[in-house]
Amino acid sequence: MSAIITLSLLAILLLYLGLFKAKTALLPVSLLGLVAAAGLNIAGWDQAAKPLYSGMVLFDPFAIAFSVLCIVITALVLLLSKDYFDQRSPHVAEYYALLLFSLTGATLVTSFHNLAMLFIGIEIMSVALYILAGIRKRDFASNEAALKYFLMGAFSTGFLLFGIALLYGASGSFDLAQIKQYVVSNPQAISPLFYAGILLVLIGLVFKVGAAPFHFWTPDVYDGAPILITTFMSTVVKTAAFAGFLRLFYFCFAPLQDFWMPALLVITVITLFVGNITALVQQSFKRMLAYSSISHAGYLLFAIVGMGAASAESVLIYATAYSFATVVAFGTLILVKRATGSDHFEAFNGLARKNPYLALTLTIAMLSLAGIPLTAGFVGKFMMFSGVLADYQVLLVILAVINAAMGIFYYFRVIVAMYFRPLDRDQIAVSGYYSAVLWIAVLITVILGVYPTWLTGLI
Amino acid sequence: MDNLFILLLLPVLGALALVFVQHEKAAKQLALIVSLVSLVFTVSLLTSFVPDASMQFVQRFDWIPSLGIHFHVGVDGISLPLVLLTNILVPLIILSAFNHSYKGSFYALVLFMQAGLLLVFTALDAFVFYVGWEIALIPIYFICALWGGEDRIRVNLKFFIYTFFGSLLMLTAIIYLHLQTPANDYELTSFYQLGLESGVQRWVFWAFFIAFAIKMPIFPFHTWQPDTYTQAPTAGTMLLSGIMLKMGVYGLIRWLIPIAPLGFAAYGQLALVLCIIGVVYASIIAFKQRDAKRLIAYSSIAHVGLIGAGVFAWNIQGVQGAIIQMVNHGISVVGLFFVLDIVERRIGSRDIKLMGGIAKPAPALAIAFLVIVMGAVGLPLTNGFVGEFLLLMGIYEYGLWYAVFGGLTLIFGAVYLLRLYQKVMLGEVNEQTAGFTDITRTEWLVLATVVVLVVGIGVYPKPLLNLSEAAVANLINGIGQIANR
Repeated sequence: MSAIITLSLLAILLLYLGLFKAKTALLPVSLLGLVAAAGLNIAGWDQAAKPLYSGMVLFDPFAIAFSVLCIVITALVLLLSKDYFDQRSPHVAEYYALLLFSLTGATLVTSFHNLAMLFIGIEIMSVALYILAGIRKRDFASNEAALKYFLMGAFSTGFLLFGIALLYGASGSFDLAQIKQYVVSNPQAISPLFYAGILLVLIGLVFKVGAAPFHFWTPDVYDGAPILITTFMSTVVKTAAFAGFLRLFYFCFAPLQDFWMPALLVITVITLFVGNITALVQQSFKRMLAYSSISHAGYLLFAIVGMGAASAESVLIYATAYSFATVVAFGTLILVKRATGSDHFEAFNGLARKNPYLALTLTIAMLSLAGIPLTAGFVGKFMMFSGVLADYQVLLVILAVINAAMGIFYYFRVIVAMYFRPLDRDQIAVSGYYSAVLWIAVLITVILGVYPTWLTGLI
Repeated sequence: MDNLFILLLLPVLGALALVFVQHEKAAKQLALIVSLVSLVFTVSLLTSFVPDASMQFVQRFDWIPSLGIHFHVGVDGISLPLVLLTNILVPLIILSAFNHSYKGSFYALVLFMQAGLLLVFTALDAFVFYVGWEIALIPIYFICALWGGEDRIRVNLKFFIYTFFGSLLMLTAIIYLHLQTPANDYELTSFYQLGLESGVQRWVFWAFFIAFAIKMPIFPFHTWQPDTYTQAPTAGTMLLSGIMLKMGVYGLIRWLIPIAPLGFAAYGQLALVLCIIGVVYASIIAFKQRDAKRLIAYSSIAHVGLIGAGVFAWNIQGVQGAIIQMVNHGISVVGLFFVLDIVERRIGSRDIKLMGGIAKPAPALAIAFLVIVMGAVGLPLTNGFVGEFLLLMGIYEYGLWYAVFGGLTLIFGAVYLLRLYQKVMLGEVNEQTAGFTDITRTEWLVLATVVVLVVGIGVYPKPLLNLSEAAVANLINGIGQIANR
């Protein structure tokens, strides 16, 4: 709880720093605040945590693990923004503050214990992002992204809210524990309203995580928004949305699996194929990552399809692996785009010769996204496959295997460009902040890949 | 010295160190030293190995206990010859690369691949096996794609996606089997004792079979192989054909057949027929090749087809023959590719029509090549004879006609390999080959080692056969009991 307060206060403080033109203090203050928030979170680690504030939020290990992950990723994004946003907007403080507001919302989404809090969390998280997506005011694509994101977001929130209303109508409460009670105590006499509510909430959440067939906003928004905002959206927002998704469905709707599972199964399969097949034909690295993020949403949905005790753990590991690799990918893209002005695969040609260590970090990130052993991405995929196979969904895993093999094709394109397509180019200068972030992310990827035990037994 | 974990760790440490070595000569020497130390360790294992059926030098640590994964390795008579083969061939391959100018990263990749291969051959836990299987693939992809021929990018991506798809199918089967184990682990022995119903075993058989068949490769999963072998740099081709394809054969013996004996009972004959088709088909194509490297690539499909057929015959002669022939094929094929590399570097082409008369300016090379070709053809008193004899005996026991068609490898092999020898070494000296110089000291060292091994194993194969005899008998009898239960 103290983490949410710290984060909100921190964001307001940053606005005041901006007001007093204390530009140099922004980064140190926000990092200190994030460390404090993460520390407070971890200090409150309690297996037997109780819901707080009349059952509004619950900071159990699940919530803490996911919000700490979100905080760490945000810190990395802020470090990357050091000399990124200074050049793009005179109002840097707003950017910092909005990111932190969004993070506050994400923390709420991971820790809600009441459907009202879920709604408020998603809104806080999203509203800040609607602005951030359009922060390049004079850029056409950025404006388009902001508008699209806003319209689609508002639309999906409508579904979510309508679903919540129906759930309330049937069960008489917003509180997760009471909704669960309703499901468990009358298994035969569940109102049709409740079923309709589940479906609408499902659609709303699937919109938010960007799974097909509700994914059409993702590529354009990810492509149009500034790269760092895209990084934040595809890591922190996605992680939080999945944590919320899993929390709701695991806690409340697990007994009704037979009802919503077929729908989710179809969504998962479509998501995998749509994401992968469209990623195959992209010429832009950024757009490829946008589509690949759709396919990763598909893999993450496995945890909800193969619902079980290990689901939370699988989502945590998968989201960690995916987020760190994505940070590396986008971080490298920023550097390359700054040097060449393009985000196409060709812009990476010959990078390995001039920047061998930059190429190495991006290669490891790509291997992790592709799910090659000894990287975190493999452990994530492995746990997802295990969870679904325990549910005897052999066919789903076979389809996923075909998709994973397809994934190699587009992840390796950038590796091929960097190593095997020679080009005379200048060395890219990598600032200290960037190398620190890239190496931290890659080290975590490899350590988690070689010895994941420190994260598996956590929640 | 008899610590398997150190043996596995050594190449990894060497690879990490080599990443930072920029100086070419220092990199060469460091790589060679690391690989020779590995060899010394292996020889020390060999001397204290007791040739019975047990697993030895076993080491078992917790890796990811919450998922039931243990780092469990050990060797028995089936894996030790392959560990030995790997650690003999890697120094030879490094030595044979001395004539090219490669940076430290090249040798780092070779050593990293060695670690993956050793992990595959020693793994007693399915997860460890899978990890080794995959991490052997990454370095060879980079070796072939960084230092390969013109069409290397497309060809290697095809190779990678092909094999990766196969391995993921295997991973699915491994996780499925894991979920059936009573102790919730990935142990080889728990997998052996599962006794699943026949329907399940049938698809498990295919999931493993496709992964192994792509790696070996068995007809019709071979389409990646000729292109990849041809486009790869010579060291890469040697690693692929000398060691990597043995991963597939080893997988058949250690994992596929014992885990799914009922699936094997249902489809073993089909698999054997595919192997034999591969023998005949690849031999016929090999006749027509002008590119010497491509010719050896097809001959490799033919030879490995016979080895696969020996395994699927699943009797003591067949499996014993397969194990010794894996070692022999590894040695011979490294020798053949090395000779071709020497020739290609001097005359700048692999087209056998342009060669001829090299024996005159380079008698030492010609003699070494002759011995190696004889070994590959399977002439008595060379290593190939022992292996092919046992393999054909095993296949004969399974069925006469299989042995007849399988035996065609010997005849076909003799024809196209001797034709290769004749075109390259004999005949008139032409413009290209006129200025040919004989072998240098490093080349001599590599060729001499190969020749000694070819003749040594051919004359006195008993120690090598003794290594695996008890383990093979135990495995085959054990499967008989499981299938009858």
